Amino acid sequence: MRGHSLTRVRPNPYLPQEAEIVRRVQESSTIFTYYLRFTDPAAHAAYAYDPGQFNMLYLHGVGEVPISIVSDPEHEDLLVHTINRVGRVTRGLEQLKEGDRLGIRGPYGRGWPLREAEGRDVIIVSGGLGCAPVVSVINHMIRRRERFGHFTIVQKVKRVDEFIWPERYERWMQVPDTTVLVAATEGSANWRWQVSPRIQVLDQVQVRSERTIAFLCGPGGFMGSAATHLASKGVPAESVYLSMERNMQCAVGHCGHCQFGPTFICKDGPIYAYPKVRELLQVEGF
Amino acid sequence: MTDGFLPRTALQALIDALGRRYKRVIGPVVRDGAIVYEPIERAAQLPAGWHDEQAPGRYRLAQGHDARCFAWANGPQALKPLTFAPREVLWRAERNDRGELAFAEPPVEAITTAVIGARACDLAALHLHDQHFAYGAYADAPYNRRRRAMFIVAVDCAHPASTCFCHSTGDGPAATSGFDLALTELDEGFLVRAKSDAGRTLAEALPLEPATPAQRARADDEQRAAIEAQTRTLPGRNLRDALLARLAHPRWKDVAARCLACGNCTAVCPTCFCHQEGDVTAMDAASAEHYREWDSCFTEGHSYIHGWVVRGTTELRYRQWLVHKLGTWHDQYGRSGCVGCGRCIAWCPVGIDITAEAHALVKEPDDARP
Repeated sequence: MRGHSLTRVRPNPYLPQEAEIVRRVQESSTIFTYYLRFTDPAAHAAYAYDPGQFNMLYLHGVGEVPISIVSDPEHEDLLVHTINRVGRVTRGLEQLKEGDRLGIRGPYGRGWPLREAEGRDVIIVSGGLGCAPVVSVINHMIRRRERFGHFTIVQKVKRVDEFIWPERYERWMQVPDTTVLVAATEGSANWRWQVSPRIQVLDQVQVRSERTIAFLCGPGGFMGSAATHLASKGVPAESVYLSMERNMQCAVGHCGHCQFGPTFICKDGPIYAYPKVRELLQVEGF
Repeated sequence: MTDGFLPRTALQALIDALGRRYKRVIGPVVRDGAIVYEPIERAAQLPAGWHDEQAPGRYRLAQGHDARCFAWANGPQALKPLTFAPREVLWRAERNDRGELAFAEPPVEAITTAVIGARACDLAALHLHDQHFAYGAYADAPYNRRRRAMFIVAVDCAHPASTCFCHSTGDGPAATSGFDLALTELDEGFLVRAKSDAGRTLAEALPLEPATPAQRARADDEQRAAIEAQTRTLPGRNLRDALLARLAHPRWKDVAARCLACGNCTAVCPTCFCHQEGDVTAMDAASAEHYREWDSCFTEGHSYIHGWVVRGTTELRYRQWLVHKLGTWHDQYGRSGCVGCGRCIAWCPVGIDITAEAHALVKEPDDARP
């Protein structure tokens, strides 16, 4: 466990703190973004996190849900969460307005290894919806563009309507020394990007050196295939990082729901080096 | 190491000594046809003469004419509910007229508790729960409050049930650690040994007599007999690699066809730690409670994640339970998660036997990985 987690021990790690929705943005028909501030100024000032960590958001009387943090800790004062409406709690969260209050506890888990990525070529691969964790890491690195080598950004969706942020990808295409590859399994009349079965789009990824690092986010099978493919192109397995997701309720490694084989995704993850999860990644039931 | 002998007639002195130091004394009593742990005040409440008969899917008590109070193996629960509460409120939320939220912890409640009759298997399980809950950056305060307010009187097990296999897991039948005071029951009374400072202090308050070499020899004989009486075994202390190599073994389908996925095994297991969190809102919608309660990996909800269930079948759930219990516990806490108490065998409505399943899985050569 890294040092920063130890410095943030609170008397009751389960107790949320109140936060206010400062701004609300509807990203798509089911995805919305909240810009949040802790109502206690001292709590807001003391709150610190790394890209890739997550919070438990509490909707009054309904319950908690784990959501990854998409804001940039060094560039944004507000805490930003992009939420997909998929279940009971997120359906309720969607109803909130600017000025409404919710509870937040966190941050939890281990974030992306951004320090390790410095000076290296970076490949970022995401599959389907739920790519918010990689959007935050892409923004983070683009703000510090000079610290990294070549960027390759790959987004694979099944249906074209799962591709919700075309303007972001268009903007990233303008970033120096950056390759953007977007593909859908099935195209449509207005689809301007690629059509690719499975992960074929990864064939276009160029690996220039074994000092390349890759960040993956998506379903387990997708990440497993992508990791194997990248390894065949010369990216060392230990330089491939995956964002894992399972049922998370306590977020502190106690409740047992997020166990993935030997590890607790909430505290040992959610970001893992590929060799740590490779054995069970594509086994049904883990 | 024996500190002395407590005559059976002086058992009340032990309960009184505990009662003077701790707000409640909990011990085994007979209720609803089972040995359960409840507050006691008198030695006469202990299950004198009661014996248990356990087999796969079977638990029965019968009363004999002997005076022994601990001549049984175990009941469905022992220490787990005392430290890891079956249900408890973690915090409360209040919303005022302006929509502002306030969060508060429930008042600290730690009743100092002495427990008489802890078994070696239950002490091994408690040690595992300590590793899971008590330490680290997220040390669990409610668990620790109760745990640290507890004084434990262990009693060596001399009457293992047919379902017991603690000798095979290395956890019993004699208590060797994790207690303050331990008793070895003989017909005429108890050999007493203290382990902690609190245990030594308590022992000094007891009317102990010197233990005789003959008494020690009889105690040793009973322990040897208790070991020899155990017929069930696990096929090894560390089955991690063997089980992970057999994730596609046909036995998983076989056991899933018998398993009801009822979760009894996880409820009676002294090491199962899974729990779910939930919320209850008052009728006025202003105040809400956030609680946790025991959960089971045999439920559909356990592996639910926005729209899909990771373990949708009983086969995958049983495999998760066993591969974790006997396998990946080694990665997490340096040993198997099974302490050989046999509760999951006795309390399974269809009598699934964890030792039989483990042997069936391991005896055949490794299958190809899925």
